[in-house]
Amino acid sequence: MTVKAMKASEVAKKVVNNQPLFILDVRNGDAFADWKIEGGNIQYINTPYFDLLDGVEEVVSELPTDRDILVVCAKEGSSVMVAEMLSEEGVDVAYLEGGMKAWSEHLEPVKVGELQGGGELYQFVRLGKGCLSYMAISEGEAAIIDATRMANIFLDFAQEKGATIKHVFDTHLHADHISGGRAIAAATGASYYLPPKDAEEVVFDYTALENGLEVAIGSSKIEIEALYSPGHTIGSTSFIVDQQYLMTGDILFIDSIGRPDLAGLADDWVGDLRESLYTRYQKLADELIVLPAHFMIIEELNEDGSVAKKLGDLFKENHGLNIADEQEFRDMVTLNLPPQPNAYQDIRKTNMGKITPDEEVQREMEIGPNRCAVR
Amino acid sequence: MVQTDVTLDAKGLACPMPIVKTKKMMKTMDSGKVLEILATDKGSTADLQAWAKSSGHQYIGTETEGDVLHHFLRKDGAGAPEETITIPEISLADFTQKVEADEHMTILDVREKDEFEEAHIPGAIHIPLGEVEARMDELAKEDAIYIICHSGRRSGIAGDMMAKNGFGTLYNVVPGMSNWTGKTE
Repeated sequence: MTVKAMKASEVAKKVVNNQPLFILDVRNGDAFADWKIEGGNIQYINTPYFDLLDGVEEVVSELPTDRDILVVCAKEGSSVMVAEMLSEEGVDVAYLEGGMKAWSEHLEPVKVGELQGGGELYQFVRLGKGCLSYMAISEGEAAIIDATRMANIFLDFAQEKGATIKHVFDTHLHADHISGGRAIAAATGASYYLPPKDAEEVVFDYTALENGLEVAIGSSKIEIEALYSPGHTIGSTSFIVDQQYLMTGDILFIDSIGRPDLAGLADDWVGDLRESLYTRYQKLADELIVLPAHFMIIEELNEDGSVAKKLGDLFKENHGLNIADEQEFRDMVTLNLPPQPNAYQDIRKTNMGKITPDEEVQREMEIGPNRCAVR
Repeated sequence: MVQTDVTLDAKGLACPMPIVKTKKMMKTMDSGKVLEILATDKGSTADLQAWAKSSGHQYIGTETEGDVLHHFLRKDGAGAPEETITIPEISLADFTQKVEADEHMTILDVREKDEFEEAHIPGAIHIPLGEVEARMDELAKEDAIYIICHSGRRSGIAGDMMAKNGFGTLYNVVPGMSNWTGKTE
């Protein structure tokens, strides 16, 4: 019996459609505890491949017969070995092609809405890491917000849609993943925008992204308006697209809010965070659809796999927007913070252009969950 | 440096081969002997540590030389004739309080060089786990020493090694720098 390869895109479909899957994760226990494929209808066991070298008999009895079984490891090699051993025992299994690295890099484009005059807005869901990127397309022109490292996916998508990328934005200097913004701008001649307050140490040219900046794409003039909203970083800037969508970056998520500490300045920035969430956003229309730069838990996904919710609903339901007491808010976002993202300081330096690790190292740096939020 | 009895070259091999080969080589070795494994697969460090633990060998440490990782394992080391001493743990929260109250405590950080350089507690002494055996004399045996790594595992190994060599007051900070939110430099 030959073993099948399952692509990250097939796993993504199962996650989005809430289909059953059984995962035998053969990475070591720490890696599994740190980060795994999440899904509402996924069952797991974790048995490291090195405990199965003498035989897989002991796990065979733990495997179900009523759902697909996927063997997962870091890069693929060990899962192929274990899948072949299981296959020899007569168990029908697949392995994850490219392992958790491929899962971390897979982007699932989901259309989140229409823009005036026939334009479209797409959200790129990076299920493996919880990153969300955006592409607005109108009359052959495109703008990208918070692109992830895999620049080619965005370039190919724009080409498929017959659009020229004109503007590339990062809402802030990211600490959990490497931005693809600069690479996309270099490949297309588009302008690359960064908030100047986050860009004091960058070593490349960029266009200043400042409060009130407006750019348009397409002749129907889809407006993209910048709104300064510091707190996660001092430069963090939100966008209002076509007066319908609010892209909040890492300030406000669906079920949580941004953490202010990844540049080491939690106490200094917590006041800004409160001001952005409790004053600046309060002035905006409840009807705006919030599109954040991350999700943390799979429950934040809508049925179609998108991550989006009305601002008015978040004001009612998001705990981080409903803490009346200022001290309590301060404590929540500065004490008991979750662990910092892996390699976050090197990721910041990479996004500043100060270091340029090779691709393999960049992949390693991004392994693991994003951890940009406090709940 | 750790005294090596056998060397295994697993450079250029991807997971699972470094461990498959290590396991084979270990079978041919006598109990208590040290195997040095040369590998370039970055994932090999965590996997060898976990494998050693589950199979009763002692993971001594890893040294990095350019792109090459030098892993050291002692066969059956975990059940070796010398008794294992497990040093007491201190929770990160209690440790943080102590750091904030007393700036003169001795903190030993046993992570690898690049991890240490990325961020460490101000004043921490740095000796990577692989060098602790050779360099522990740089520390005073009568001092209270708080040992820290990323998660608490390497610091535990370092502490056990030091306890066997006469260090009296050792604490393993758990979990470690992964959850540290205090000052760094």
